[in-house]
Amino acid sequence: MKQFLIFVKKEFLHIWRDKRTLFILFGMPITQIMLFGFALSNEVKNAKIGIWDQAGNQASKQIIAKLDASRYFDLVKLIHSNQEVNASLRSSEVNAVLVIPASTSQQKINGLAKMQFIADASDPNTATTLKNYALSILSPEFQPETGSPSIQTSVRMFFNPQLKGAFNFVPGVMAMILLLVSTMMTSISIVREKELGTMELMLVSPLKPILVIIAKAVPYFFLSMVNVISILVLSVWALDLPIRGNLFLLLSESMLFTITALCLGLLISTITASQQIAMLISLVGMFLPTLMLSGFMFPIENLPPPLKVVSNIVPAKWYFLIVKNVMIKGSGFVDVWKETAILGLMTLAFLGITVKKFKIRLA
Amino acid sequence: MKTLLFLLEKEFRQVFRDKAILRMLFIMPVIQLVVLPMAANYEVKDVSVTVVDHDHSDFSRHLIRSIGASGYFKLNRLSHSFQNAAIDFNHDEADIVLEIPNGFERKLIRENKAGLFVAVNAINGAKANLGAAYLQTEIMRFNKQILVEHLGIPEENLNQGLNLEHRNWYNQGMNYRMFMVPGILGILLTMVGTFLTALNIVREKEAGTIEQINVTPIKKHIFIIGKLLPFWAMGLVVLGLGLLVARVVYGIVPVGSLFTLFAYSGIFLLAMLGLGLLISTLSKTQQQAMLLAFFLMMIFILMGGLYTSIDSMPGWAKTMTAFNPVRYLIEVMRMVVLKGSTFQDILPQFWKTVGFAILFIVWAVFSYQKRA
Repeated sequence: MKQFLIFVKKEFLHIWRDKRTLFILFGMPITQIMLFGFALSNEVKNAKIGIWDQAGNQASKQIIAKLDASRYFDLVKLIHSNQEVNASLRSSEVNAVLVIPASTSQQKINGLAKMQFIADASDPNTATTLKNYALSILSPEFQPETGSPSIQTSVRMFFNPQLKGAFNFVPGVMAMILLLVSTMMTSISIVREKELGTMELMLVSPLKPILVIIAKAVPYFFLSMVNVISILVLSVWALDLPIRGNLFLLLSESMLFTITALCLGLLISTITASQQIAMLISLVGMFLPTLMLSGFMFPIENLPPPLKVVSNIVPAKWYFLIVKNVMIKGSGFVDVWKETAILGLMTLAFLGITVKKFKIRLA
Repeated sequence: MKTLLFLLEKEFRQVFRDKAILRMLFIMPVIQLVVLPMAANYEVKDVSVTVVDHDHSDFSRHLIRSIGASGYFKLNRLSHSFQNAAIDFNHDEADIVLEIPNGFERKLIRENKAGLFVAVNAINGAKANLGAAYLQTEIMRFNKQILVEHLGIPEENLNQGLNLEHRNWYNQGMNYRMFMVPGILGILLTMVGTFLTALNIVREKEAGTIEQINVTPIKKHIFIIGKLLPFWAMGLVVLGLGLLVARVVYGIVPVGSLFTLFAYSGIFLLAMLGLGLLISTLSKTQQQAMLLAFFLMMIFILMGGLYTSIDSMPGWAKTMTAFNPVRYLIEVMRMVVLKGSTFQDILPQFWKTVGFAILFIVWAVFSYQKRA
């Protein structure tokens, strides 16, 4: 045990002396959480819309004012011809064009208003969303007359009444940073010793070889925990995110996830011989799958069935679920024990394979 | 010139000797390009609804049936109380809880007015918004049906409501892959290029072999260009391979010209490789280089406009994206591949990217010191 601690101390010193790495390591989560927390959202806001008002009467003016006033649309251009519709969509000057036909006012009285909404569907997400927004903004203008039985629906948004993007992106970005940084740092720092030849020195030490590499992961565990805490503090103070569940549970789950990531890093380090390959696996290989299959960018239930299966092996998916549930919904351990068990099993599996593949001799 | 050729020969040899890296370099992007676009689907469908029916009337059953049949919703279960239904939020089993109050049918007929309560799990704001909008549309349709079927009001007499005819230009089938495949290809290209070059010079520093280069009469800019070109060539090969995959697997044929695409991507690659080399010259260890590259890459990719729309960012963030080269790549890919924009159309993006390329490469040349 004492030998192990000495090794851990050595690794700490290694990292501590590299001030620049330390600076990025601690600065990264802070910058990124602030940046993404404020800037990213799945919602489409301030979309640029062009309007071709063929009617030019009271009714059409009212429609235009209504669209422009909503937070979803910015009226950027009044259009007067087909050519203009074409040109402004193609140059991406507008995301969509609303054509109000000349007969609008007349038709409104008759209860039939036919407008055309042309969207730039090269980004299908924005196109669909904009169409739906337009529909829901304009529909009340064309309601059935009062007097006949009508249903009033009151909608309440739970957990996130202001529909802030941060509620979704903070847990996601947190999962991504913790996973990728821990995996990359451990795998690269171990493989580096192999590359430089200093690994030989450590392996001949009286400490059990497998403990030598585990000692390399220990400091990163503590660094990651500092990051978790700074992310949580920022989320609460700067981004107004709630921590509705048990803070202790949230921290324990974060510890578990960090350990999962570190073990994955250990695994990568035992099967690679150069830092380049370790980097290729841990960054190029894991970046996009983590981003796209963990559920924060694209909801898991929307994935096609084969990818749903694949998403199960993405550790970040489980951690994202846990953070979302504990932090924002206020769930307790009973609600997340399944996810926790899966992360635990993954950790054991990574560690098991590492021990099995680990070779005491390098050459 | 001759020095450059020798350097290039050395670099190419180094690359081709490491078969493991070479294999990964081509296989990893291809696999991801085949698999990942399938995930990119923002369409909100199968919104799962838990219903609390206090009314147990013909109307409420009718409403539940028509919601289930609409195609957008998946009826999760019927629950007896709202508290009980809200449990489904915690287990991620329900996106929406619909509560039909007691006396719904009676009120609707007698008082001409009845309320419904809808609770939405809003953690994912976009999904919540659309799900609620779909449900409201469905309820409005049900309302009309009631008027026609139960109250015998002839359909012609009813206000038809708004008829918004929508057209989806450039991508009639609303195929998300058309949008994501070129974008993902661009991002893979960026990652491979930047990460590999970021490790390149610092690797020689760590191994000590940089000393041998430093004592030669090789000029600084020649050295940097010698490092740049092999990766540039490989990047273009990866791009070609990627376009081939896009065509074979997803049937995406660029509407615009291939020449425009390659001309722009060539410059873009130069910029990103330049950035990689700059990181490399600034770092002391590969770990440092990797961390810095990862930090920048994450910002570039998440703020690049592929995953979330730049238009919906706040003003300051929008301004920041003007300094994000990946943003221009995504724009150009979309414009050329989907809209068939010409070289003329992408000139603004082109010149900005040229600016980035010059900035990064020149900076890299200056920051490379021939001293240890």
